Amino acid sequence: MDITTTLPVLALLILVIPLFNFLWLGIAGCKLPHKVAAAFGIVGMGTCLVFACMIAYTYFFGGDAAFQTVLADGTLERLPYTVFDHTWLAFTQNLVIKLGFYLDPISAMMLVVITTISFCVHLYSLGYMDGERGFQRYYAFLSLFSFSMLGLVVATNIFQMYIFWELVGASSYLLIGFYYTLPSAVSASKKAFIVTRFADLGFLIGILLLSFYTDTFDFATLNSNPGAVLASTGGATFMGASVLTWALVLIYVGGMGKSAMMPLHIWLPDAMEGPTPVSALIHAATMVVAGVYLVARLFPLYMLEYAATVFIAVVGACTAFYAAVVACAQIDIKRVLAFSTISQIAFMMVSLGVASLGNGEVCHHGLGYMASMFHLFTHAMFKALLFLGAGALIHAVHSNNYTAMGGLRKYMPITHITFLIGCLAIAGIPPFSGFFSKDEILSAAYAWSPFMGVWMTIVAALTAFYMFRLYYLIFWWNDPKFHHTPHDAPWSMSIPLVFLAAVSCVAGFIPFGHYVTWNHLTYDIHLDGAIAISSVIIAILAISLATIMYRKENSLPAKFRAAMPCLWEWAHHRFYWDELYMFVTHKIIFNGICRPIAWFDRHIIDGTMDGFAYITNKASWSIRTLQSGQIQMYVWIYLVGALIIGGIAMLVALA
Amino acid sequence: MDYSQFLAMKQEIGLLVLFLVVFIYDIFMPARAAKALPGVTAAGLLILTVAGFFPCLLGCPSDEAISVFGGMYVNSPIITAIKGILNIGVFIVLIQSIKWANSEGMAMRRGEFYDLLLVTLFGMYLMISARHFLLFVIGLESASLPLAAMVALDKSRYESREAAIKYMMTAIFSSAVFMMGLSFVYGLTGSLFFNDIYFTLALGEGVNALLILAMILVIGGIGFKLSLVPFHLWTADVYQGAPTSVTSYLSVISKGAAAFAFMVILAQAFGCIYEQVWEWMLYAIIILTITIGNLFAIRQRNMKRFLAFSSISQAGYIMLGIIADNVMGSAAMMYYIFVYIFSNLAAFGVAQAVENQSGKISIDDYRGMSKSNPALAFCMMLAMFSLAGIPPFAGFFSKFFIFTAAINQGSIEIYVLVLIALINTIISLFYYLLVVKSMYITPGEPVVARFKSAWSERLGLIITVGGIIALGICSCVYNWLLSTAAQSEFLSIFTRSI
Repeated sequence: MDITTTLPVLALLILVIPLFNFLWLGIAGCKLPHKVAAAFGIVGMGTCLVFACMIAYTYFFGGDAAFQTVLADGTLERLPYTVFDHTWLAFTQNLVIKLGFYLDPISAMMLVVITTISFCVHLYSLGYMDGERGFQRYYAFLSLFSFSMLGLVVATNIFQMYIFWELVGASSYLLIGFYYTLPSAVSASKKAFIVTRFADLGFLIGILLLSFYTDTFDFATLNSNPGAVLASTGGATFMGASVLTWALVLIYVGGMGKSAMMPLHIWLPDAMEGPTPVSALIHAATMVVAGVYLVARLFPLYMLEYAATVFIAVVGACTAFYAAVVACAQIDIKRVLAFSTISQIAFMMVSLGVASLGNGEVCHHGLGYMASMFHLFTHAMFKALLFLGAGALIHAVHSNNYTAMGGLRKYMPITHITFLIGCLAIAGIPPFSGFFSKDEILSAAYAWSPFMGVWMTIVAALTAFYMFRLYYLIFWWNDPKFHHTPHDAPWSMSIPLVFLAAVSCVAGFIPFGHYVTWNHLTYDIHLDGAIAISSVIIAILAISLATIMYRKENSLPAKFRAAMPCLWEWAHHRFYWDELYMFVTHKIIFNGICRPIAWFDRHIIDGTMDGFAYITNKASWSIRTLQSGQIQMYVWIYLVGALIIGGIAMLVALA
Repeated sequence: MDYSQFLAMKQEIGLLVLFLVVFIYDIFMPARAAKALPGVTAAGLLILTVAGFFPCLLGCPSDEAISVFGGMYVNSPIITAIKGILNIGVFIVLIQSIKWANSEGMAMRRGEFYDLLLVTLFGMYLMISARHFLLFVIGLESASLPLAAMVALDKSRYESREAAIKYMMTAIFSSAVFMMGLSFVYGLTGSLFFNDIYFTLALGEGVNALLILAMILVIGGIGFKLSLVPFHLWTADVYQGAPTSVTSYLSVISKGAAAFAFMVILAQAFGCIYEQVWEWMLYAIIILTITIGNLFAIRQRNMKRFLAFSSISQAGYIMLGIIADNVMGSAAMMYYIFVYIFSNLAAFGVAQAVENQSGKISIDDYRGMSKSNPALAFCMMLAMFSLAGIPPFAGFFSKFFIFTAAINQGSIEIYVLVLIALINTIISLFYYLLVVKSMYITPGEPVVARFKSAWSERLGLIITVGGIIALGICSCVYNWLLSTAAQSEFLSIFTRSI
């Protein structure tokens, strides 16, 4: 492939096809039959998938001198490459906003991940959303989301990223609220939008701070010379921390919102009100890892500020543990998966946080960075698999709660096997993909601090426990009577399940370190024996515990619950975070701030405006006699008016 | 005398030829071909317009100003540009007038309308190009008096006659006032050449009461044509009484030409007493014009009266480009005129189509038009949005540029002026949206039944609506005007300091 001619075309098409589909299906969709609308979406995304694979293949294996260079000691360094960078708005010399396509290892990887999952979801939705009202609208929104997410990962500068960041937020809002007649879906979509938007405020301030000191938005400029960025702040500090730390932490706050880190995680469980394929695409595989991607994108800067990376690691560790505990006590299967997603994303965040030692030093060869991206990749596959499996279950029994399920292994063999593969992958059982990536994360955590390593191992054990609790409660436990015998989903839903299960089986053997590392040099993954064995043993113990408790219907879980009523209640109510938010917003913010402002608006501002209108009206009424219709009057006013104006001018001029 | 000097007046000569063609066509063609007259005129003007944009045809052949007849007449790219803009407007007016001109009662007077219209346009050309007050007065008169006859074209209607009398009386009075001002100027400076006046005033002992009196009389004389307050009182009655085609011509073309000529006079002849004298006169006039135009427009229910007052307040905005006293101001003013031509003619086009069909002219009669005639209602809505200055329509950009130009003047009082103008745009938004509300929101059965408009009306509306949408977005239009203004002879005036 000739990179100077073909690559820009492919790159542009990847973005244009979903955008076109969005506009076309959005405008003309309601006139199209369902199947045709779906065909547009599926074929378009399939084309994008092919193009994305071509681009990634060219980038990683094409061997072009623009993409890689061989260093003196024979190692391979991958080079970032700007496919195109169009100047969009040039406000001043420095403040130039560009839109472009940036190709480097992580964006190439993300292109493949997004288009793969998106294609699976497009195909899956054909069966899942069959006959729904607004089917075409659904495909239009999916296309919009795919376009925005692809634009986000290939952004050449932080402002372009911000634009698409907001676009994914908007499309997520639209898709969560897809069933807009359901009050719960409407409030969930609003909650998601407001919480992430609130976090984006931090992101925006961070961008402004960073660009104010560095005079640039470009990732290439920022990342190629992080030392200059540090120097450009000139040692300015604010409240004891350097300006750069503030900027990076604020940018990270934007990532916390999108990636549902504590305390901004509250929107993600509610976002499960959207259609399940949407949860798989947006709220499991792609959009929610945007925060991780953001930190990875600016990693050379984060490496400079130890405080920022410690913050990331600590927030991640707390979130991971919290979400894992809550996931043990949920009834709705999608919520279990949602909390599991929060916990797994927190894993990636921790991994990025522990990769750095500050001042540009990396910990343990920067293993954490690679592990984080590896986990992002594998997690996207197996979590999409689990969500799509959950969708198939919900499709079959028409309920989100495991209490309505049980013993389904006999009725839905394909779903059963693929779901089991997903559970094994997330629990970290070799040879499934999750084992490899999680093991790297644990190694990185141990190298940074043994405490962090132990902590994350406990979370991993909890993960294995709650996933198998879920698995047994769905597929084993008891054997209830169903009104309609559940059965496996149609082909369009099964194919993505089987495909993703297959990927989850083999993805772990990808030599990921050869492709994605913090310094773009090749890194050979080698399993740390002690950590690998201990984590597998712990996972097996956790699974055994789950087997004992949930394989057959028994009274053990009830006993446990009775023994620790408090813990179960708190975990079941997600530690009352939502109630806390309600208290703060309603009682404190609404009453203390909003009411006085509303009063001011209603009485002072509106009153002033009404006053203006009143005066205007009165004046217009009172001068109406000027227009009398008598020509002698007209001429009289003409002359007198001229003389008065002349008089005014004379006063001004001769004064 | 060197007769080759006439070659500098290519556009005027072209117009004269067109006039003669129309005149002879009208007289000698058999009755069955008479209905083609409007089309012939429009086609001829289209040729004239297009040719005016090419220097090898009728356009200005060089980037420099060409001055002939001892400096009485000047042609330059910016003058060609404003004449081109006016030509486009006249072309649209002609297109829109076809249905009316071919109606029953107009058979006898069809030729008069087109002859007189071309003569007034010729007068406006002279006003724009004149650099000597005598030539200017000839232009002014030939642009004014035939208009009185045009206003009276519908002479069987009482309002038309009344309007014509009012227009003529006021025109004569204002001419007298203008002449009086001129005679004072002549007495003070001893010349009627713009440049001589400028230098004499610049070297003179300064401002005195006579100069101020002369200035306000001159401003009043031209302010009448622009219908600036307090010289505006004829406007509403004449607009209402005149045939709608004449009204649209009066409100757009006549006003645009006068505005540009006004700028030329103020900059070329009186530029050196900007701060001392006419800045403050114009300041007061602008505030009065915008505000009073708006206050009256609020109360109008008759569409033509309403548009009359709206055009008064629009003239106030146009004046902002003159008071800005800089290159951007002149470019923004021309752009404003250009956009205003499209917006106002779109509104008049709809009003005319409705009036031709049903005779209804009250805003209340537009009720429910979005249902009975959605295309017309949509055109009217865009016109109102553009006049009110709502983005992304062209009217927003023209207001934006003219405000920017005024702000660039830099003094604090101009900031206050722009603030007042901005507040007035809010008031104007109210009454423009009243029309939209009447068409789209007010409940009730449609007053005007569904009808099919004539092809000429539709063509006119397509052109104007296209302009409303495209002019703001295509930045090349404004950039062209700005570059033309930057190389015009005004540049030296604006930057000259003696």
